[in-house]
Amino acid sequence: MLCDICGKNPATVHLTEILDEQMNELHLCEDCARTKSSAMEQQFGLSDLLAGMVDFEQPNKDEGSAAVKCPNCNLTYADFKKIGRLGCGQCYNVFRKYLAPLLKRIHGSSQHVGKSPLKTETISGSGVTKRKTDLQELKDRLVKAIEQEAFEEAARLRDQIKKIEDNKARED
Amino acid sequence: MQVNDLLNHTSEWLKGTGPNSDIVISSRIRLARNLSKFPFPHWASKTQLEGVLNEIKTVVSQVDMLKSSTLFMLGDMDSIDKQFLVERHLMSIEHAQKTEKKALLVDDEEIISVMINEEDHLRIQLMQSGFNLFEARGIVNRLDDALAKLLDYAYLDDFGYLTACPTNTGTGMRGSVMLHLPALVMSRQIERVLAAVAKLSFTTRGLYGEGTQASGNFFQISNQVSLGHGEEEIIENINSLIRQIIEQETQARQILLSKNREILEDRINRSFGILKSARIISSQETIELLSMVRLGSDLGMVKDIDRRTINELFIITQPAHLQKIENKKLSSDERDLKRAELIRKKLNLL
Repeated sequence: MLCDICGKNPATVHLTEILDEQMNELHLCEDCARTKSSAMEQQFGLSDLLAGMVDFEQPNKDEGSAAVKCPNCNLTYADFKKIGRLGCGQCYNVFRKYLAPLLKRIHGSSQHVGKSPLKTETISGSGVTKRKTDLQELKDRLVKAIEQEAFEEAARLRDQIKKIEDNKARED
Repeated sequence: MQVNDLLNHTSEWLKGTGPNSDIVISSRIRLARNLSKFPFPHWASKTQLEGVLNEIKTVVSQVDMLKSSTLFMLGDMDSIDKQFLVERHLMSIEHAQKTEKKALLVDDEEIISVMINEEDHLRIQLMQSGFNLFEARGIVNRLDDALAKLLDYAYLDDFGYLTACPTNTGTGMRGSVMLHLPALVMSRQIERVLAAVAKLSFTTRGLYGEGTQASGNFFQISNQVSLGHGEEEIIENINSLIRQIIEQETQARQILLSKNREILEDRINRSFGILKSARIISSQETIELLSMVRLGSDLGMVKDIDRRTINELFIITQPAHLQKIENKKLSSDERDLKRAELIRKKLNLL
């Protein structure tokens, strides 16, 4: 079987393309397949896809969003829309308002439920390690958030700590 | 360890052992992690990338699981060596490009590999032979915990592990399984299977990961969603999907055997014959023919070759491996000659 595009070389790559719900089978030689796949990548780069999703979330109602800038790494929201990558961990706090709906679109959720990098501490002498309590962990994070001037995150942590402490007081 | 030492070593994932190794080549878990105090690699300055690298270097010597590992600085390596590491699935194609301040950490068994300054500061990868996701997850989890004690990861309670691309945020975990599905391809059922995989939010890729075409009936299936589900749940989901695909491939093989035995035997033996006698052969043709021989070996039609040898041939016939074996740069035509020679030697010795 010869390549569908150049008609010269034997077809070694077999592609199924779905365009407008029409399924096409393509039989290509290695060279034409490579050209075609890079053309496809150029058309549908991941950052374009992401940028498209971002725009979908913010239909012009937040004109100012593009200028919002991460104070830690100087990435603006416009930069993110262009390159589809965040600049640093702090960006997630700074752009939280816009990112939460985007994450929800990508993953179907914007709430992490997996493991966390809980630091473990050694009880002196015993050789036993135990995890810090959730409360201690939250307090540590609050201190860090304030140090890093991540005030939105700090406020959230403060509320979480208060809730746990209130519950504890009630139980006691 | 030097790059050349790897030449005489069989990667763990190529051993052809482990559960369901007739259909599942390998299982891989990858974790994306970033250090909180540095910008993500694409947005970091040279000095900052250097900072990341130094911080990780300091920590590596304190982690028991990384005691017998080697750090390769990619900026110092030639293009054949870099491609060689990609061919062994120790790193991504992307990691071999624009290599300044990029590094790769590989343990002696080639089970653990850590890409430093790829899309994220750390991409921790664990490879196992066969269908072994839970074991892979157990090992990578221990390594992650050990590193987390020494490094300050970028993490938020609600978004989880923070990554350069929001598609990896949350667990930062990607589980992938490399499958060999010749019977589903031959019986033209593969499109249906892959469409179902996509509908369930899983991705299918080729032999070499992102952006590569499926070839030689090999398909790499991995989870797309990393946020909103716990690690165990994500792995359990991939596991049950893969179990179903294994079931379908097994059935397709049985049907081919009972209905088209002669045609199948003919194709497998012709493939074996070409490999044993060809004088010029491309890597694409090699992969396709080896795929048939592997099927023949799984079905007991080809008796005088074991799975490990076939798996090894897939890798050592790749361009950079051939050039490392020959110890010189070879043009594409020269490679096709040398490749045929190497395959003949390996197969006719049996």
